Amino acid sequence: MFRSIELTVGAFVGIGLAALFMLAMQASNLSSFTSDGQYALTARFDNIGGLKVKSAVKVSGVKVGQVSAIDYDMETFEAVVTMRIDERYDKFPKDTIASIFTSGLLGEQYIGLEPGGDDQVLADQGEIRHTQSAMVLEQIIGQFLFSKSQDNGGNEGF
Amino acid sequence: MKPLLNAVERLGRGSIFLAKTLRVLPKLLPRFGLVIHQLHSVGVQTLLIIVVAGLFVGMVLALQLYYTLSTFGAEDTLGMLVDLSLVRELGPVVAALLFAGRAGSALTAEIGLMKATEQLSGLEMMAVDPVERIIAPRFLAGFIAMPLLAAIFSAVGILGGYAVGVDLLRVDAGAFWSQIQAKVDFSEDVLNGVIKSFVFGFVVTWIALFEGHDCIPTSEGVARATTRTVVHSSLAVLALDFVLTAIMYN
Repeated sequence: MFRSIELTVGAFVGIGLAALFMLAMQASNLSSFTSDGQYALTARFDNIGGLKVKSAVKVSGVKVGQVSAIDYDMETFEAVVTMRIDERYDKFPKDTIASIFTSGLLGEQYIGLEPGGDDQVLADQGEIRHTQSAMVLEQIIGQFLFSKSQDNGGNEGF
Repeated sequence: MKPLLNAVERLGRGSIFLAKTLRVLPKLLPRFGLVIHQLHSVGVQTLLIIVVAGLFVGMVLALQLYYTLSTFGAEDTLGMLVDLSLVRELGPVVAALLFAGRAGSALTAEIGLMKATEQLSGLEMMAVDPVERIIAPRFLAGFIAMPLLAAIFSAVGILGGYAVGVDLLRVDAGAFWSQIQAKVDFSEDVLNGVIKSFVFGFVVTWIALFEGHDCIPTSEGVARATTRTVVHSSLAVLALDFVLTAIMYN
């Protein structure tokens, strides 16, 4: 009797820990990135749109890292985005372009890197010089309306 | 005025009771068998209701969310929504409510009856501290069992959601898991849920043990204490859930 109680309690604790393990590994992002072996890159943008800390950094659609900090530089009036990139991907050329894209029409925003052709590679704490800001839907619509109204002869409008 | 004073006095007695219990917890280590026996009655015997409830909650979540999401064509996010609702809110809260109803009421009734039949005074006569021998092992067992039960509830709920979402409603299985793994954060979502369930286990077990220990030692007193345990701990869980959520995700 005594032994069977200990057996069931052991099974209970085992199932509970297994459930926790499943929540950690299968049902969250813990397995998808490792904290060891990362290096930092920074990039400056005029407008980061809806980019957030922990947004993805992708190359050709493959996730290689995530945004670790977002700051604003009061000297140059630009947004400074710090990314942590997996150490496996450590040979990006100096003239890599960082752009802010949106996944889908209304999806969340991420940084897309486009490797250039330079022989020198970006080191840890390196800065990506060539950036392209986020597209803000309202601005695009505004530009579209503006050009449309010019086509129609200026002050006709809608 | 008098009911207010009564409530404050009960709160004071409850806090002193908790302090006494916490103080004797280290003495339990050499006699961990006592805790294991309580884990059996508090944890193992609550397992069935947790698994069944978790399964159905996950299934109904998937069903309800599917019909809303399909109007936006966003069925692929079903897994993420089921997972987030379970690990952040429903897992800890519903498991704690079931725990209060199943294990908390049993604890109160058991200790209340021990008091009514003068077993607790009997222990004291034999120079055995009832807090150390009876209360503390049950407290520790409740504190350990609750997070495990909540985790099992969430995990079974996700599997239930998977069964309904993927097998019944034909959501893509790959999208189900990849959306979960992309959007559910371990420390932000899962770990905060675990912290919640620790807090709920602490509070529910505390209320249950205190009500049992503090009851009027008659059959009517035990009955009223048991009812109070379920009502008070359920309300405490729901109120604390709001406070904890506000702190964690403000």
